[in-house]
Amino acid sequence: MRLRFWRRRRALVCRDAVALMAAYLDDALPTSDRTRLEEHLDGCPHCSEYLAQLRVVIDASGQVTPADLDDDTLDEFVDLYRRWRSG
Amino acid sequence: MVVATTGHPLDVRCLAVADDRDLVARLQAGDESAFVELVRTYQPRLQRLAESVVSSRSVAEEVVQDTWLAVVRGVERFEGRSTFKTWLFHILLNRARSAVGREHRAPPLSSEDVSERFDANGAWATPPVPWAEQAEDRLVAQHLAERVRELLPELPAAQREVLLLRDIEGVSAPDVCELLGVSDGNQRVLLHRARVHLRQKLDLEMHS
Repeated sequence: MRLRFWRRRRALVCRDAVALMAAYLDDALPTSDRTRLEEHLDGCPHCSEYLAQLRVVIDASGQVTPADLDDDTLDEFVDLYRRWRSG
Repeated sequence: MVVATTGHPLDVRCLAVADDRDLVARLQAGDESAFVELVRTYQPRLQRLAESVVSSRSVAEEVVQDTWLAVVRGVERFEGRSTFKTWLFHILLNRARSAVGREHRAPPLSSEDVSERFDANGAWATPPVPWAEQAEDRLVAQHLAERVRELLPELPAAQREVLLLRDIEGVSAPDVCELLGVSDGNQRVLLHRARVHLRQKLDLEMHS
């Protein structure tokens, strides 16, 4: 009997799924990995929650605003600009 | 499934780039009010970025001032091949690194840099406690943003710089690689480590 090697892709375990998330969030996964990850996420509430929490972190970072610029600092820069332009 | 990249709505960024182009054209023509607008927009962000590279606030202030001087002197030669923001950050990062006397060197990284705990079969040993849905509440989201701001200094410098540029400033991955002199893989791993660190900290609060 001839041996047949059936190359079947192994389903992802959670550790592998988490390892793929960084590239997934950057939309940088090859299609095959992306499909495997999405199949895993469909059936794994823990990894789905973990990915959702990473997205919360990304959204929270996007909401971090810089400090307001005070008027004194702005005035100093206007003075500097005039000196730089005249020098 | 929708792939989230950063928290910045795309249309806002496009408007900002268009505004910058107009301001830069006016600055090239010697318009002081354009300089004021650019300082108003970018000074706090430059200060924050400088402080992420140099440890001293006063050195960071000098770096930022040098950066603006370089902008005023060099803006006539700025041709818009990159966005103004990327050009500005490039000038600042070069000066900040000169000030602390170091090149940016990312540590060697494994692409499978996963610090969460799994059992021998690769399944979660301790599955994450659900709280992501709570962050849809506006007040919770505001609190989390405030916590991220407070937690930034805890991150190792290389991770903080990448997170600041990518997730907070909304700079693209290719531009971050160029600005920091790291490979695409390294910037992604640094970014992921930073996000994982922040997630762990927020996790402690969200279900305590």
